[in-house]
Amino acid sequence: MTELRHRGTTENDLLYQQSEDKGSENEGKAEKDGVSDSETKPDTGLLEVPVPADDTPEVLNKALSGLSSRWKNWWVRGILTLAMISFFFIIIYLGPMVLMLIVLCVQIKCFQEIIHIGYSVYHSYHLPWFRTLSWYFLLCVNYFFYGETVTDYFFNLVQREEPLRILSKYHRLISFALYLTGFCMFVLSLLKKHYRLQFYMFGWTHVTLLIVVTQSHLIIHNLFEGMIWFIVPISCVICNDIMAYMFGFFFGRTPLIKLSPKKTWEGFIGGFFSTVVFGILLSYVMAGYSFFVCPVEFNSDHNSFEVDCVPSDLFQLQDYALPASLESFTGRPTVRLYPFQIHSISLSAFASLMGPFGGFFASGFKRAFKIKDFANTIPGHGGIMDRFDCQYLMATFVNVYIASFIRGPNPAKVVQQLLALRLDQQLNIFNSLKSHLTERGLLVEAA
Amino acid sequence: MTELRKRGGGGGDPDKETDGEDRLGLAGGDGDSESKADTPSVPPSTADHTPQFLKEAVEGLNPRWKNCCIRGVLSMAMISGFFMMIYLGPVMLILVVMTIQIKCFQEIIEIGYRVYHSYELPWFRTLSWYFLICVNYFFYGETLAEYFGALVQREEPLQFLVRYHRFISFALYLAGFCMFVLSLVKKHYRLQFYMFAWTHVTLLIVVTQSHLVIQNLFEGMIWFLVPVSIVICNDIMAYLFGFFFGRTPLIKLSPKKTWEGFIGGFFGTLVFGFILAYLLAQFRYFVCPAEYNSETNRFTAECEPSDIFVMHEYTLPFAVQSILRWKTVNLYPFQIHSVALSTFGSLIGPFGGFFASGFKRAFKIKDFADTIPGHGGIMDRFDCQYLMATFTHVYIASFIRGPNPSKVLQQLLVLQPEQQLTIFYTMRDRLRDRGILPPAATDAL
Repeated sequence: MTELRHRGTTENDLLYQQSEDKGSENEGKAEKDGVSDSETKPDTGLLEVPVPADDTPEVLNKALSGLSSRWKNWWVRGILTLAMISFFFIIIYLGPMVLMLIVLCVQIKCFQEIIHIGYSVYHSYHLPWFRTLSWYFLLCVNYFFYGETVTDYFFNLVQREEPLRILSKYHRLISFALYLTGFCMFVLSLLKKHYRLQFYMFGWTHVTLLIVVTQSHLIIHNLFEGMIWFIVPISCVICNDIMAYMFGFFFGRTPLIKLSPKKTWEGFIGGFFSTVVFGILLSYVMAGYSFFVCPVEFNSDHNSFEVDCVPSDLFQLQDYALPASLESFTGRPTVRLYPFQIHSISLSAFASLMGPFGGFFASGFKRAFKIKDFANTIPGHGGIMDRFDCQYLMATFVNVYIASFIRGPNPAKVVQQLLALRLDQQLNIFNSLKSHLTERGLLVEAA
Repeated sequence: MTELRKRGGGGGDPDKETDGEDRLGLAGGDGDSESKADTPSVPPSTADHTPQFLKEAVEGLNPRWKNCCIRGVLSMAMISGFFMMIYLGPVMLILVVMTIQIKCFQEIIEIGYRVYHSYELPWFRTLSWYFLICVNYFFYGETLAEYFGALVQREEPLQFLVRYHRFISFALYLAGFCMFVLSLVKKHYRLQFYMFAWTHVTLLIVVTQSHLVIQNLFEGMIWFLVPVSIVICNDIMAYLFGFFFGRTPLIKLSPKKTWEGFIGGFFGTLVFGFILAYLLAQFRYFVCPAEYNSETNRFTAECEPSDIFVMHEYTLPFAVQSILRWKTVNLYPFQIHSVALSTFGSLIGPFGGFFASGFKRAFKIKDFADTIPGHGGIMDRFDCQYLMATFTHVYIASFIRGPNPSKVLQQLLVLQPEQQLTIFYTMRDRLRDRGILPPAATDAL
């Protein structure tokens, strides 16, 4: 969300900002004298990727025609922000299935935006097969990941349907074969004068897939753990953005990093504390509802998703004894919290401290390729990727966090693997388990 | 091994023309405008590494044969080295795989640096090597947790590391990511992003596949030896067939390859794979999964060979029966699997070579490096191997191996006690149904 700051203050520090931008562009031109970043030389003719015209809907334009341009920009952004947040609430209401679809759509759009930039930068439109190949690889990788997810979570359904069972058993082989086909098509499509471009695009496609697709699948895994593991991290990142902006706007003085000159230490620290508070409050509110808290399960009898369960320990109120200093401060010996709220502190801390690095990375990327925004999908905000750049690191962190601290292996999956073993192996494991349980006193061995 | 063919051609090499065209194409303003900015050729790396005694030995010969001889001698040396490492056992092989991986990574990164004049960028080498260490740590940790389960259970610090392994790996990676963002220097953004991407793609290709090689190795050394030998054999056979019978060019990318070489290599490799599988399948040393014995602290390859390494009788189809006048033939099932491996190695393996050729042409380099005299860099030798390693791994996972029992046990022991009890009862009922366990009445379980 760095663009938020760039635009929000463009008219504000008009001279400063423009001169700074021009300065960097002038530096770009001055580099013709053979400075090390020689890549910029051929591109000075194509200074920026042409950004399509203003997409603001007509209705908004009319409504705001009277205001000054600075406030107009504010209002457009504000309205779009509210629109996006309401949309977010609606899809939460619609349930896990719709959320998964939305994640898939966002992923495809982000992929398209990044590939589009690659094309514009490398004038690749006239290369044969490239778009086809990039989209094909996207399909392959998605097929692979969705197949693994489906096999995990829809185990019963898969076992029932014969074609699905075969697809699931040879899933890796099929995915690998599909990928190889794409690889061979790439090799066969190499054209004599365009080798380097083609290898660049191949590398670009793969790195994009690595970043965008794997992390969107981690988001879906988080979602299956319980919608709260999806909603709280995303909300923390959004909150951090907004809070850091507010604090920076009102109190900002010391610049944070040369890469994003509009960010300030005051914004950073203010955003950190307010996000932690916000996270605690949000988790308190959400942890009370089993709709959010229960793992998403596919009911094969009704063929639908359900969220119905006994909430785990994390989501049961517990008494915590306050340390003595806080006790005297608040006058209460204990406080009732959900353990999840304590976990939310780590999630918020990560969102506030590391999330911005994702934003800096995207800023650096945009500066490297001299683009202002990834695309112009959302009026006032830029592309989908602009909104989601901080989210990706968060998704991976949540997934790793759950795997390390919360979730043990999935018992259904373990049973699945057990039953696939050979009978003598099963017997061995059975005996080991028996001795283990007997040792623990859980199983009483009758004489 | 495309360089094998290019160099073997000696003078009057049509490849030189192709290179020349590329350079001319540069001046003529092709679409590849990036190349204008870079120097037309990556400065070739240092002088000839051929040892002095070899040079003296071949001095008298014709330059064409001289080259052939040097390559031949080095090939022999490499193959003997291969045999020695096999003799030394799995641990040695794992170390060698790791060394090769590091060398390949270094060669590719080196090229990236030279292409982008990146020497003066701060942190870059450090960061690339740091990412290599992170990714290796992640993969080796996963491997160790699986295969050394008993050892891990014993040692307390290891247990901690295993339990939080993903978290620790992720934290290490993030530290590198943040260092990268902090190291962005104003005028070098694009270069730095390129190098970042270059590093990651290299890691993806080199490191993940070397770990697949190690996983194959744990299945049994035969699953490592046969694929690697198949690829080497295919290279040599395709070269020989091409040398003697070659006429029709195969692909514009590698003008020295011919259809005759391709097809001849295919059949030659099939036969070779078949025979090699027969030879190796008899020895426990090759066939048994490498297991870590926590009492003796060593790897052992002792086991009851699984079904695929036991001789079976197969009825020949009628047509073949009339030719050979045998009704049945005794084969190891593994030999049939080796046919699949050979087919892949001959048909798809060369695409890995084409990919590497294209890559070298794209960046106008002759070889990845100059480590092996006469052959180029390590990467030149291993370019076809990578796809093979992934295929073997996927093949094993799909057709051969079920889940790893010790891994399943490990997961079981981590579950909650109630879940363990539930699973215990489920298993007990199932085993009783199958008749493996005596029924409830007599057994007081």
